[in-house]
Amino acid sequence: MRALTWHGRHDVRVDTVPDPEIVNPRDAIIKVTSTAICGSDLHLYDAYIPTLRAGDVLGHEFMGEVVEVGSKSTLKKGQRVVVPFTISCGQCFFCEKQQFSACDNSNPAETSDASEALMGHSMGAAFGYAHLTGGYAGGQAEYVRVPYSDVGPLVVPDGLEDDQVLFLSDILPTGYQGAFNADIEPGDTVAVWGCGPVGLFAIQSAFLLGAHRVIAIDHYPNRLKLAKEKGADILDYREVNVLDALKEMTGGIGPDAVIDCVGMESHGMAIDNVVDTVKAHTFLGTDRPHALRQMIIACRKGGKVSIPGVYGGFVDKFPIGALMEKGLQVKSGQTHMQRWMKPLLEHIQKGEIDTTWFISHHAPLEQAAEMYRHWHDEQNTYTKIVLKPEMAKSAQSTPSAARVIEPA
Amino acid sequence: MAQEIKDNDERDDAVVENNRREVERAASQGPDEISDREIEARAKRALDGDREQGIRRSAARDHDDRKYHDRGDRNGGGSNRALIGLGLGLATAGAAAFFFAKSREDDIGDGPLLSDAPDHVLRGKALQKARNTEPGTALVGRTVTVNKPKQELYAVWRDFTRFPEFMDNVRQITKIDEQRSEWLIEAPAGATVQVRTRIVEDEPGNTIAWVSEPDSQIETAGRVEFADAPPGRGTYVRLVMRYTPPAGTLGRMVAKVMQREPQVQARRDLNRFKSLMETGEIATNASPSGRKSESPTEARV
Ligand SMILES: NC(=O)c1ccc[n+]([C@@H]2O[C@H](COP(=O)([O-])OP(=O)(O)OC[C@H]3O[C@@H](n4cnc5c(N)ncnc54)[C@H](O)[C@@H]3O)[C@@H](O)[C@H]2O)c1
Ligand SMILES: [Zn+2]
Ligand SMILES: [Zn+2]
Repeated sequence: MRALTWHGRHDVRVDTVPDPEIVNPRDAIIKVTSTAICGSDLHLYDAYIPTLRAGDVLGHEFMGEVVEVGSKSTLKKGQRVVVPFTISCGQCFFCEKQQFSACDNSNPAETSDASEALMGHSMGAAFGYAHLTGGYAGGQAEYVRVPYSDVGPLVVPDGLEDDQVLFLSDILPTGYQGAFNADIEPGDTVAVWGCGPVGLFAIQSAFLLGAHRVIAIDHYPNRLKLAKEKGADILDYREVNVLDALKEMTGGIGPDAVIDCVGMESHGMAIDNVVDTVKAHTFLGTDRPHALRQMIIACRKGGKVSIPGVYGGFVDKFPIGALMEKGLQVKSGQTHMQRWMKPLLEHIQKGEIDTTWFISHHAPLEQAAEMYRHWHDEQNTYTKIVLKPEMAKSAQSTPSAARVIEPA
Repeated sequence: MAQEIKDNDERDDAVVENNRREVERAASQGPDEISDREIEARAKRALDGDREQGIRRSAARDHDDRKYHDRGDRNGGGSNRALIGLGLGLATAGAAAFFFAKSREDDIGDGPLLSDAPDHVLRGKALQKARNTEPGTALVGRTVTVNKPKQELYAVWRDFTRFPEFMDNVRQITKIDEQRSEWLIEAPAGATVQVRTRIVEDEPGNTIAWVSEPDSQIETAGRVEFADAPPGRGTYVRLVMRYTPPAGTLGRMVAKVMQREPQVQARRDLNRFKSLMETGEIATNASPSGRKSESPTEARV
């Protein structure tokens, strides 16, 4: 089959690789109909996540048709399913507590040592995301082997397009959990850093969960406009002093909750960030937490910090003093997918969450390498890319009809 | 990455110097963001005066390294940026120290052990006081929680013929009688080794212990204990093993495989047992890759 494989920093290629096969009784094989490129893939593309190996198949946001099932799978051939990006057994202590991304069984015994050494405990597994998280092949491919297919994939009801439900595979539940972890109370002003797909879903979710007001921060005009379309007030951090702006807009109190939808590769030329960049490239530090530092300084006393943005290692100059002295609450983590997928599907069916307005491009899987380049270099215009293995190889990638963005 | 950083004074020096230079280089580069200047200014204010001294002192204490005092004095009066550089250096060195510092052999006195922990986590002098330690044996152990009742887990473990399902180097186990089994263990280069074990302790639902018989090619002893976890959480399963450095070339070869990382071995074997008991299968990442040498049906490490 054809699949997008990683070969090094800024080097991904569509290669021919063997087809996946059923290995364990609970497995299923999915024929991919839609698969997206995620902000998390950028961390791999930029080689910020260790333990990725040349030849690994990437992609963790995908859906498709069941074409093969193991003896203990509960799926049926022909069913249309959307697959959560985390792999969870459903039966360990963590899965039973609905902390699915902390699953203790999905990361194989051989690959779980690394994260145990690094973080104290082994991480749960995910598709297409380095050997630290299991080393499972990903979904930017024609076919995928899906373990524990009796607890992971969600069967899609008839009448819903791929684009409507595809993001149940990651970014919608991630944005939702990001807002949920902010413990929003009536009257709360929620500040969201990053208006990428995760941030955009965090904004919608914050309103769903009762936020009085959402203030969104980014530096790409088109992404900020998408946030505004969903009711957020926006701040372009090139135009304003973000700390001053947030304080002034909240009567001096500061936002009640702050959500980090940026992650380890914060942009900007701020001094701490430049230093972090140098350090990351010389392997003295690993992550660039500029936005997170700013969030903690911005958050009101006794406020809530939620971190869905991904970090992988160590940071310096973390404002632990502000965190403690202001009495902040911090919640974080990879998303507990299976907990949110069904309820969020209902929100989609009722029309309470818009899942398609920010998709900027559809392209054939064959063009995936080129799309990675755009996704990395042109974040203002490429706000979400959906790859379609079935789309004719010669077809040009199309700015999606739903979303032709005027120049800012 | 932290691994790149050796716990080594010279290297720490280099890190601090390097960071300071990076910060200065960065400072001469681009437009700063105002908000960040402010954060920085706050950081400086916070670091001024007594607290500055305090932070440096405590860092020095943590590293047990007088040189941090000296370096601090050298940079203390310098620019704010140098100060931040120092902070960054200390933080990096701190991470390195956290991972690589050799534990100090604290003097624990001659009294009995105080800690309510199993023998296999004892260290330094305390290890010598461990109950049941025999000179010349290596002790490894590992505990996992398995979300099943202990009777059920005990029953599966009591059937030694199932070991190959979750133990890495064990190819086959033949039952000789209720107490004795013949193990076929994989050695390097396709060789195999046989070990005959005898169960020496068997308490249904709680404990199984075995030792190798005198004529075996390697000497080993294992013990698995099952204890109720807190209500609703299943069972704590603890595997403890002892190895004796073997005689003979082949024995040494096998020991190499089994002892290379006995801790890792025990951990992986137990994880696979847990996975099998909880999910009915053993997790594997077998799936396609662009590497020619790999098969989509075989696990890759
Ligand atoms: N927790 C999870 O399970 C999970 C799942 C998916 C994604 N993520 C993570 O969420 C994060 C966002 O994902 P995405 O797909 O939206 O990524 P993205 O790269 O599309 O979006 C990130 C946005 O942050 C903005 N940004 C960068 N620096 C900023 C700063 N200093 N201040 C304000 N905004 C800034 C960028 O301009 C960009 O628009 C990533 O770190 C991703 O890895 C986490
Ligand atoms: Zn994603
Ligand atoms: Zn689990």
